Amino acid sequence: MITFSINGKEVQGQEGWTILEVARWHGIEIPTLCHHGALEPYGACRLCVVEVNDGKRSRVVISCMYPIRTGINVQTDTPRVLNVRRWIVQLLLDESPESPKIRELAQTLGVTPSRFQKKGVDFACHLCGLCVRVCQEVVGVQALSFSNRGLRKEISSPFHTASKECLGCGTCIYICPTGAMEQVFLRVHG
Amino acid sequence: MSVTFSALENILERYPPSSEHLISALQDVQAKFNYIPPAAMTAVCEHLGVPVSRGWAVATFYKSFSLEPKGVHEIKVCLGTACHLKGGARLVESLERELKVERGHTTRDLRFSLDTVNCVGACALAPVVVVDEGYQANTNSRRLKKFLKNVTKE
Amino acid sequence: MVQVSTALKSNDFRLATPAALAAYRESILAERDPNRTIIIVCHGTGCRANNSPKVADALRRAVAAAGLNAQVIPEIKDTGCHGFCSRGPLVVFQPSGLFYQKVQPEDVEEIVQKTLIEGTPVERLLYADPETGEHVVHDRDIPFYKYQQRLVLSNIGKIDPVDLRDTIAAGGYQSLVKVLTSMTPDEVITMVEDSGLRGRGGGGFLTGRKWRMTAEHGRETPGPVYILANGDEGDPGAFMDRTLMEGDPHAVLEGMLIGAYAIGSSEGYIYVRAEYPLAVKTLRQAILSAREAGLLGENILGTGFSFDLKLNLGGGAFVCGESTALMASIEGKPGEPRAKYIHTVEKGLWGRPSNLNNVETWANVPLIIAKGADWYRDIGTEGSKGTKIFSLVGQVKNVGLVEVPMGVTIKDLVLRIGGGVPEGREFKAIQIGGPSGGCIPQAHWDLPIDFDSLWDAGAMMGSGGMIVMDNSTCMVDVAKYFLEFLIDESCGKCIPCRLGLQRMREVLKEFSAGRGSLEDLEELDSLARAIKDGSLCALGGSAPNPVLATLRYFRDEYEAHILHHKCPAAVCKELITYAINPELCNGCTACARECPQGAITGTKKEPHALNASLCIKCGICFEVCKFGAVTVA
Ligand SMILES: Cc1cc2nc3c(=O)[nH]c(=O)nc-3n(C[C@H](O)[C@H](O)[C@H](O)COP(=O)(O)O)c2cc1C
Ligand code: SF4
Ligand code: SF4
Ligand code: FES
Ligand code: FES
Ligand code: FES
Repeated sequence: MITFSINGKEVQGQEGWTILEVARWHGIEIPTLCHHGALEPYGACRLCVVEVNDGKRSRVVISCMYPIRTGINVQTDTPRVLNVRRWIVQLLLDESPESPKIRELAQTLGVTPSRFQKKGVDFACHLCGLCVRVCQEVVGVQALSFSNRGLRKEISSPFHTASKECLGCGTCIYICPTGAMEQVFLRVHG
Repeated sequence: MSVTFSALENILERYPPSSEHLISALQDVQAKFNYIPPAAMTAVCEHLGVPVSRGWAVATFYKSFSLEPKGVHEIKVCLGTACHLKGGARLVESLERELKVERGHTTRDLRFSLDTVNCVGACALAPVVVVDEGYQANTNSRRLKKFLKNVTKE
Repeated sequence: MVQVSTALKSNDFRLATPAALAAYRESILAERDPNRTIIIVCHGTGCRANNSPKVADALRRAVAAAGLNAQVIPEIKDTGCHGFCSRGPLVVFQPSGLFYQKVQPEDVEEIVQKTLIEGTPVERLLYADPETGEHVVHDRDIPFYKYQQRLVLSNIGKIDPVDLRDTIAAGGYQSLVKVLTSMTPDEVITMVEDSGLRGRGGGGFLTGRKWRMTAEHGRETPGPVYILANGDEGDPGAFMDRTLMEGDPHAVLEGMLIGAYAIGSSEGYIYVRAEYPLAVKTLRQAILSAREAGLLGENILGTGFSFDLKLNLGGGAFVCGESTALMASIEGKPGEPRAKYIHTVEKGLWGRPSNLNNVETWANVPLIIAKGADWYRDIGTEGSKGTKIFSLVGQVKNVGLVEVPMGVTIKDLVLRIGGGVPEGREFKAIQIGGPSGGCIPQAHWDLPIDFDSLWDAGAMMGSGGMIVMDNSTCMVDVAKYFLEFLIDESCGKCIPCRLGLQRMREVLKEFSAGRGSLEDLEELDSLARAIKDGSLCALGGSAPNPVLATLRYFRDEYEAHILHHKCPAAVCKELITYAINPELCNGCTACARECPQGAITGTKKEPHALNASLCIKCGICFEVCKFGAVTVA
């Protein structure tokens, strides 16, 4: 058993657990977007950031991947953490203003649309990768992948054509937190 | 060049069937055909035993792969810091006007592909434009224009 | 390349013992006459671009045609980059050090006649002091070289990089022999630790400590341990690693071999940018010839130590210089970084302990072994030992690659070695540390260049690119340029980097168009902190630096854009206008012919006029006017 603290409260977890797992066990809320209990963590959305002090220095890390260590002191809502989280939600809200999940997060954090809000797309994909991972890890095929990089990164099937491997099971649509997969699916399944 | 069975075979037989060779094999395909033809991508992935979606992810991630045929001549304008400060951006813009093609694309007649690159390590000669294998050092729009005219004549 | 020993060509050429290597070296040295003239023609990327292969050909022909007496026939040697690429093609006579610059094929006959036969220099090809106009005959007296301390670069420009004999004659692989025959792996690690060597790839991590950690993790579990060299050199404006790989590839191999022995590894990879075709070719040849000679592969020099190397080519992705992305790329995947809460020294390539060092770091290793940790510690500053190679580019007179001890001041580098900024221009800042570095203004130019001082000044060592900027550079534009570079190169995996940097660019774009407000500067600052704290890898984690550093030192320039709608350096397109000064225009028509918009009109030999409403500010007229009549403000 590893003993450490979250927000001043002493907690325990097994070797190999992440901060997020222990926090959830103890009912401590940390927002997440790209995390799913059944899938390997990916660490892309960065919403789950927390501040960790190991006695030497304080760092902002992502709780969904950070392995717990004895004696660390975790804070889930410091100003540094909130600054990161607010900006992420701000950026997401400006990308896809209609997504219910993002609106909910925005409301909790008091974020409103900015002058840079995009027009025309209501449900933008946030590249959380849940669809790709569920297709590979749970369904057991690899019909989908990320393609391109940076701002042009997207979810697609090879050559943007119907994938030979897609079973049409729709698990990806089910897991997608933003609703973007519905459009992508039409092309992947063909 | 068309995707012939033997040209591809030659590439494939260099690699044992393992996913670590995906990038190297695709680099060979790119070098041979000047782009990654879909048929070649499928063949490479099948040979190495990786899903085509992985080949697709790789080929679109790295800038050196092209999924469309490249032009006969490849122009790469350096936009590294040294070249930027010495007017690299002006050079791409003027080539875009001259060749009537946007950066990252190939002219309709398949004569030229225009790309930008982040530093080719010849910063002391900035601004630099690489045309095919040759480095055009300390160049300017006018000299480039002339040079390209000669290239087309050959 | 001129004399290839028959031994090297035969298939059974393998140096079976350290003694065989020593004997081989003796035989090479015995064959050579130390007084024989060697004419070196630089074949680095820069000089090649300026025609040096043709110069070498012409020289070979001219020498053959001159019918020289056998004793005076020089050897003509192709070497790697001498660093002074802006003066290329370079031709240097050894052992004298006579130095010719900007040599073209037509100059060759005169060189043969005057220098080789008559023994006098060709004046017009000598370096001339820009101040006094006086000619300098020898390379060692040229200020660009005089103030350098070339240790890691010492062989480059002297040896033919693809001729293993040259490397061996120059003492190559002697450090390898030393560790294999007289040191335990632990002693090697201790020596590197004691030397204080820090990684040259940007982070400045202590190399010896990294080696020890990898070795320890390697022993914990059975399986391979990997040794990797980072030759991705993605920083724009930098070409240190290119020069090393092209000019002295065996030094990199030797460093890796020593590291492999110390750490307990038998497999390694060199990851090189595909944009460096010459480096790729040279390394490939070096690996082959080292393998042939038994310096790489099974049972090296009969000592029982085995190590072999593969070469992997990068695919035009800056982020692949990041350690975890580089490893993903070697595994044949897209170059996406992953969280490093478990370090690569524990779980790296294929989940195994892996030791990644920069190419220049590896090239320092044989030196340390040969001369000892104490010798090395004497060079440099308290926290930064040894020398560092920098590429000095931008608005300086002497552009090129230089090696200096850590702790040299910016001023010495720019003024003494670089010769200062060109006439009529004013030094403004020096940009250090690549796209995530910072711009340091003149007020700080007594700053010693070492890892820690640069860090405190808001820049960083990075890989060693130094870009000198003068008053024609706009700091808002520079910040925007680096942001754009990083946006283009971001892998796009994590949101702070992918969307955050894009937002920063949108704000800077407003500034460069003269819009925005001072509150935006505060917003920018808080966004920058969120990106630094929130990004997955160091690309995003350091991407806001150029903006933060320019804001720190050049806030007035930001304010000029925002409050006064002016770009003081006359760079930001939306805030400038081009015009023709009728006093200076003599009607040569050059601009009118080149203007893509037809915005310039006038009769021949009469002052021309520029129609601002048609002008798209492409700047071509400014570029072509030889009389300075096109103005921009
Ligand atoms: C985005 C990014 C790009 C990098 N590019 C390079 C590079 O081109 N060459 C290099 O040696 N290190 C690069 N690094 C640093 C490496 O990750 C790594 O720290 C280094 O290679 C370790 O070697 P060293 O300890 O010898 O410096 C980069 C890091 C980041 C975050
Ligand atoms: S489509 Fe949905 S599940 Fe897939 S990456 Fe985008 S947001 Fe995530
Ligand atoms: S910081 Fe940028 S480059 Fe690094 S993982 Fe995130 S998106 Fe990719
Ligand atoms: S939930 Fe941890 S990074 Fe997305
Ligand atoms: S910046 Fe253009 S060659 Fe380096
Ligand atoms: S390439 Fe010749 S001096 Fe650099």
